[in-house]
Amino acid sequence: MDSHNIAFVILAVIVSCMSIMTVATKSIMRSATYLFFTLLGTAGLYFLLGYTFLGAVQIMVYAGGIIVLYVFAILLTRGVKDKLSENSVAKIVSAGLLSLVGLGVFLFLFMTYQFKAQVLTAPTESILSMDTIGTALLSADEKGYLLPFEVVSLLLLACIVGGLVIARKR
Amino acid sequence: MDYQYTLLIILLPLLSFLIIGLGERWLSHKVAGLIGTTSLGITAILSAYTAISYFTADRVEGIYQTLVPYNFNWLPFHDMGLHFDMGIMLDPISVMMLVIITSVSLMVHIYSFGYMHGERGFQRFYAFLSLFTMSMLGLVVATNLFQMYMFWELVGVCSYLLIGFYYTEKAAIAASKKAFIVTRFADLAFLIGILVFGYYTQSFAFDFTQSAVYLNGAAPAVTVEYSKTLAGAAFILPTALFLMFIGGAGKSAMFPLHIWLPDAMEGPTPVSALIHAATMVVAGVIQVARLFPLWVEYAPETLHIVAWIGAATAFYAAAVACVQSDIKRVLAFSTISQIAFMIVALGVCMPGHEHGVIDNHASLGYMASLFHLFTHAMFKATLFLGAGCIIHAVHSNEMSHMGGLRKYMPITHITFLIATLAIAGIPPFSGFFSKDEILAAAFHYSPIMGWVMTGIAAMTAFYMFRVYYGIFWGKENEHYKEHTPHEQPLVMTLPLIFLTLFTFVGGWAIPGSFGSLISATGEAYHIHLDPQIAITSVVIAVCAIALATWMYARPTQPVADRLQKNFSSLHTWAYHRFYIDEVYQFVTHRIIFAYVSRPIAWFDRHCVDGFFDFLAWGANRLGYSIRGLQSGSVQRYAFVFFLGTLLLLILMIL
Amino acid sequence: MIHLEYFLIVSAIMMAAGIFGFLTRRSTLAILLSIELMLNATDLNFAVFNRLLFPDGNEGFFFALFSIAISAAESAIAIAIMINIYRHIKDISVEKLQQMKW
Repeated sequence: MDSHNIAFVILAVIVSCMSIMTVATKSIMRSATYLFFTLLGTAGLYFLLGYTFLGAVQIMVYAGGIIVLYVFAILLTRGVKDKLSENSVAKIVSAGLLSLVGLGVFLFLFMTYQFKAQVLTAPTESILSMDTIGTALLSADEKGYLLPFEVVSLLLLACIVGGLVIARKR
Repeated sequence: MDYQYTLLIILLPLLSFLIIGLGERWLSHKVAGLIGTTSLGITAILSAYTAISYFTADRVEGIYQTLVPYNFNWLPFHDMGLHFDMGIMLDPISVMMLVIITSVSLMVHIYSFGYMHGERGFQRFYAFLSLFTMSMLGLVVATNLFQMYMFWELVGVCSYLLIGFYYTEKAAIAASKKAFIVTRFADLAFLIGILVFGYYTQSFAFDFTQSAVYLNGAAPAVTVEYSKTLAGAAFILPTALFLMFIGGAGKSAMFPLHIWLPDAMEGPTPVSALIHAATMVVAGVIQVARLFPLWVEYAPETLHIVAWIGAATAFYAAAVACVQSDIKRVLAFSTISQIAFMIVALGVCMPGHEHGVIDNHASLGYMASLFHLFTHAMFKATLFLGAGCIIHAVHSNEMSHMGGLRKYMPITHITFLIATLAIAGIPPFSGFFSKDEILAAAFHYSPIMGWVMTGIAAMTAFYMFRVYYGIFWGKENEHYKEHTPHEQPLVMTLPLIFLTLFTFVGGWAIPGSFGSLISATGEAYHIHLDPQIAITSVVIAVCAIALATWMYARPTQPVADRLQKNFSSLHTWAYHRFYIDEVYQFVTHRIIFAYVSRPIAWFDRHCVDGFFDFLAWGANRLGYSIRGLQSGSVQRYAFVFFLGTLLLLILMIL
Repeated sequence: MIHLEYFLIVSAIMMAAGIFGFLTRRSTLAILLSIELMLNATDLNFAVFNRLLFPDGNEGFFFALFSIAISAAESAIAIAIMINIYRHIKDISVEKLQQMKW
């Protein structure tokens, strides 16, 4: 067991537990907090994969931006108690059954399908350099992502304007 | 000499119709009337100019050329053959009709200023008058059957609109509907005839002899060798022609399709004058005259059937006219009778001595018919407008409300008398000359037909003078004391005088006689009065007038009353127009409605409608039963969505 | 020795948790959190597939990158809508929003 394996196990446990906790807790505030840890754990998995830039984006955008946004929204709506127990038992059971069956099907598929995959060997450094990423994002050639990049920027702009318009006081 | 301006003759009335019709709300009565009358006046002047320049132009090989100033290839069906055209065709008939229609219509326009004064819908009236005139002008200048048919239908629509002018009155609505439906049924036959004709001859054009001169590049896209195609279609032609004649019979009110015309009197009187004198009813005559070369060459036997239909109609209408008490009705039946005269005149025409050659002498009736059309237009317009004056004065159509009017309305009296003399066939009034030609043609065909027509002419004289005496002589009605009738204003009497002038001189004042302008072959035909026939007809007419004078001129009418008593059943039958209307009523209501329409209606309501009602009901029920699915609960939607995805996934695995 | 399947198991657990949360939570904000969970699971899958199945390309990497950006946009708009709804009916329970079906 090298350090990578240990790190993966820790991160996997964190992510799995935290995601379950996210949907199982009664308080919505706690739910947001558990989600925060899930996202951080995912960022750790990205680091483990060698995608350091993606991990950084995950932390900055998700953990730093979106979760904060959610926390503000929760506070603005006065932290309405979200009690799981108020749901009818049938609803919880059916939802649980559905997600468990789904999980089972997924796991069955993953285990039976013979992936021709590499085994992750620990990278010593970042696989993708910032240079490569920046060039790819702003180039229009075969491997370039200029168009999606611009579309996303437009989308974000539209979201800013839309969000302001929707949420402003009339 | 080109005739480009003839397009204006059609466009001007259309324009005035559009202006008056669209601007009805904003135009005052006076302005609307002036617009209509002015445009019609210009049209009349143009028509007169056309006629003068056309008839004074040089003849080519002894006949007036057929000119086509406009021809627009409208709907070609395929490269070689059938095509619908729109155009203007000038030949003696159409030029003559242009003059008749525009002058009578102009008189009616002027007259209506007085007659319709202050009526509600005055502008609408003038708009319809313009449209009516336009459609009739389009009909007579048509270059082909299809264009004629289109304007023919327009005429039908206009007559519907004008007869139903007083649309708040039940009788007017019924009359307009009747006119429309009856003529529509006849038009169906016309359409079938056109289609059959077009199918076999590959053309609709009126230019049967290929002699028309196309001006300014108006030549048709495809010319058809008529002589070949007609010979090939000779077997089917009589049928097609007779079907077309049925259409003409509907418009021209031939027995038994005449029933709409007497009822059409519900419209304003100027409209009656227009319909009966110049426009609608002569459409049938025009149509037969247009197709005359085909009739006489390929279907002379059928043509004679037409003649007998005309004779029967003439007799029937004259008999009914003898006992009617409504003056407009008498005039209506006299119109039917006179139109039937024209049809008879066309019908008795025969091909020349050699087969396939039109001979002016054998086809004397053609000239006679159009001559009578011309004179009839003038004197019948006079009679109707005069009747309008009388009705305006005494506020009634019934003869019993009139009598002794000659002192009160001198101008109307004189004009009415002259027109009556003309229709009775007394020289030197125009009716004598044209009727004499018709009688000559009838005698030429067969003495029986000749004597029948002479007898009907006598009846014409009798019933017209009965009306005349009933209106202007006899004892004065007691209503006059409280409401004295008076002469109508100048705007109404002036048209009367003008038309009377035509009636007076129309028979002999045309340079070189009518026959030199219009005849079957196109060559000048010099009318020579057959003294035997002329004297016979005059003597008989005078006798009939004398009889009428003896019976009706006195204040009391003992002879007429006694006759009515002795032949009461005959009188009742004639008074009720021999119950033809009732027969129609019975056939349509009792037989067609009850045994054909009602089952069909039942089937439609219960089976066809029922099926679609069921579909609607089923969709409705289905919507009700599944609307619970659209609960608006997002989580339930998501549950279904995930479940579906999962099931699909499992299905793909298995 | 970390196999591809291990990552997939983690993301499958995240996905199942997201589905469960989506179906059971009453607050719409909590439902949005569940959606974030599911999105995160897919992002992880993209990255992992790229890294372990097709190491020569970068498509999965960039897809995950754009997906993060889009989910940020989506949550911004969704939160704006939630706040607006809260202003109107003082409640953001999903049952109360049923009338939005009209």
